[in-house]
Amino acid sequence: MNALIAVLFYLATLLFVVGLLYRIRTYATTPSPLKIPTTPAPTTTGGVVLRMTREVVFFESLFKANLWTWGLGWLFHASLALVILRHLRYFIEPVWAWVGFIQPFGMYAGITMLLGVCGLWGRRLLVERIRYISTPSDHLMLILFISIAASGLAMSFIVHTDVIAVKGFFQGLMHFSIQPLPGDAILVLHLLSVVVLMAIFPISKLLHAPGVFFSPTRNQKDDPREKRHIAAWAKKLESEN
Amino acid sequence: MADITAPAYRVIPIIPALKPGAMEGKGPYVANDKIQEALGFPGALVEDWHDRAIAKMGDLLGKYRSLRVFMDACVHCGACSDKCHYFIGTQDPKNMPVARQDLMRSVYRRYFTLPGKLFPKLVGARDLTREVLDEWHNYFHQCSECRRCSVFCPYGIDTAEVTMAAREILDSVGYGQKYDNEIIGKVHKIGNNLGLPGPALIDTMEGLEEDVKEDTGIDVRFPVDVKGAEVLLITPSADFFAEPHIDSLIGYAKVFHATGTSWTLSSMSSEAANFGMFIGNYEQLRKIALRIREAALELGVKRIVVGECGHAWRVAYSFWNTLSGVGDGADETDRFAQMLQKQLDHRYRQPSHICEFTWDMIEKSRLSFDKEANDKHIITFHDSCNVARGSSMGGYPGGQFDIPRNIIKAVANNFVEMDPSTTHERTFCCGGGGGLLTDDLMDLRVKGALPRMEVLHQVVEENGVNFLAVICAICKTQFSKTMPIYGFDRRMVGGVHQLVSNAIKLGDK
Repeated sequence: MNALIAVLFYLATLLFVVGLLYRIRTYATTPSPLKIPTTPAPTTTGGVVLRMTREVVFFESLFKANLWTWGLGWLFHASLALVILRHLRYFIEPVWAWVGFIQPFGMYAGITMLLGVCGLWGRRLLVERIRYISTPSDHLMLILFISIAASGLAMSFIVHTDVIAVKGFFQGLMHFSIQPLPGDAILVLHLLSVVVLMAIFPISKLLHAPGVFFSPTRNQKDDPREKRHIAAWAKKLESEN
Repeated sequence: MADITAPAYRVIPIIPALKPGAMEGKGPYVANDKIQEALGFPGALVEDWHDRAIAKMGDLLGKYRSLRVFMDACVHCGACSDKCHYFIGTQDPKNMPVARQDLMRSVYRRYFTLPGKLFPKLVGARDLTREVLDEWHNYFHQCSECRRCSVFCPYGIDTAEVTMAAREILDSVGYGQKYDNEIIGKVHKIGNNLGLPGPALIDTMEGLEEDVKEDTGIDVRFPVDVKGAEVLLITPSADFFAEPHIDSLIGYAKVFHATGTSWTLSSMSSEAANFGMFIGNYEQLRKIALRIREAALELGVKRIVVGECGHAWRVAYSFWNTLSGVGDGADETDRFAQMLQKQLDHRYRQPSHICEFTWDMIEKSRLSFDKEANDKHIITFHDSCNVARGSSMGGYPGGQFDIPRNIIKAVANNFVEMDPSTTHERTFCCGGGGGLLTDDLMDLRVKGALPRMEVLHQVVEENGVNFLAVICAICKTQFSKTMPIYGFDRRMVGGVHQLVSNAIKLGDK
């Protein structure tokens, strides 16, 4: 079993890293032929950095759009970030002081993460407009996050697993040696859910994470009159004259 | 058209229930072979449309980062779902921005993503069938490319970009829209959207000189093709004859007269509108913009000023520098752009909006007004979508909101704002933008105007507003056509420079 999970983790990591890099390369190398920031937009690079920061950290546009979606979405994402940081302790030895410090917070963040996902799913099921636009994969994605959060919380609060052994297993993976892993069903469910999440990341809507950084309506400076902006393929048209 | 009636007003804010299929139909008239071929598009739907459409989509995905990112990034969160004026007005769920995008995204997923190829049902992917293509023609002509949805999207997804791509694909397989493509043909052939030839333009301007003389006793000139003039005015051709547009043109002329600015129109390039943007075709967009460059070089002007027109100002402000070099900051080695940029006077922003010009003159005390002349008006201002969300003025973010309002307050005493959730960057489209200002879409236009009419109705009731000021030719036409259906006087809508024209003191400066 532990050999199988080890192989799956290697594969998922490979898909995640290679897939994501490939996707990011595609976004980065596709030109933006026209200036299309949604205005009013900042006119300086510093201003754009601020706008992007507000967007990525506080979900500024979503805040303007709908307070419920913003509240639940922000709760989910902030909790998830904390939970991921907490899990660093399984991959580093000795554990950094700040990672140790956030352990209890990260644990409760698991609860708020679950609440956030359930709230978002509730919206998806109950609000007519959002139900209309939902695909089966939208629902499955939320179920996947519920499975990750619920199994993780179960191990923290109900059926404890041998976390020392889990850490041993992941430390081993990082050095290409397969160590024993506790066989609890709940742990296996937790790990397999994460494997699935990593594998589908570069081919699903999870691409919103890298995508937002490449969105021209948000990351462009509003200076079209001051500086000529032209894509290589568009410049070619000028020499054809 | 007589059977089109206004929907009832509702309580603001409005999130309507869904009425699936409410706006199903054939969409606008399809362009005939003559119209299509004049632009280099196939005359009618080609036999291998399926393969060509998919190939075109692939081509666009490689050329536009916006489309590439927007196809992937949507998470179906629903932030945009209640933001489109066409959705609010029609209740058709396919007019929710996310659903409109999904008309294309579903096809993208099927042909360009692994999950869509393997498990189409799971991820909402579908084949490009004839039904899907018809649906595109219908619903991508129910988007006015106003960008309101993009304000609220956490990833900045702009449905306008998707609509433009869809129309570009439709054109490339011979399934174009009559209204847009016919107009683009006229610009290429004659120089403006109306098909008004040079001699007729000169005639019209002479007539205007007489009218203004009769009205004010002062010789205000409307020059055409004057070499060596300082300012080239590029304005929507509706300003030359349509009501109430023409009153703003008179306003611009009076501002130039009162400030002693030498200016000219160009008969070869007598159009600010650029419908190339509406159909998302870069080559058309560029070709139309090049006429302005050509006129500027030929007439040797120092400044280019753009009249009251929403999408034209977006194209001028955001795209002209890219397309035609009208602007500043081209590379030293960029001979194409430098040729023009060396000629222009960079103490001024190039191009300038007429509102920037007028406000600059007001700030320098070069203009004076008799504000009482506008006392019969209680004025509110409708931010035009393309100006609000696709451009700026004055060189700082938000100048596009302040400057027109500053002008109104400088020339009139009574100004009232509408509900703030529908002004500034959150403004509604008038319902006729984005290449939909055609009679065959009248039902859509009336329903699309509903959200603005509901909010206008509020300030009419509460504040006695009787003048809706705008700075867009499409807004002017759309409102003067749809407002009577909502029981308002059609003369209630007018340009900001119409108010300037009413109050400006000529001759004493």
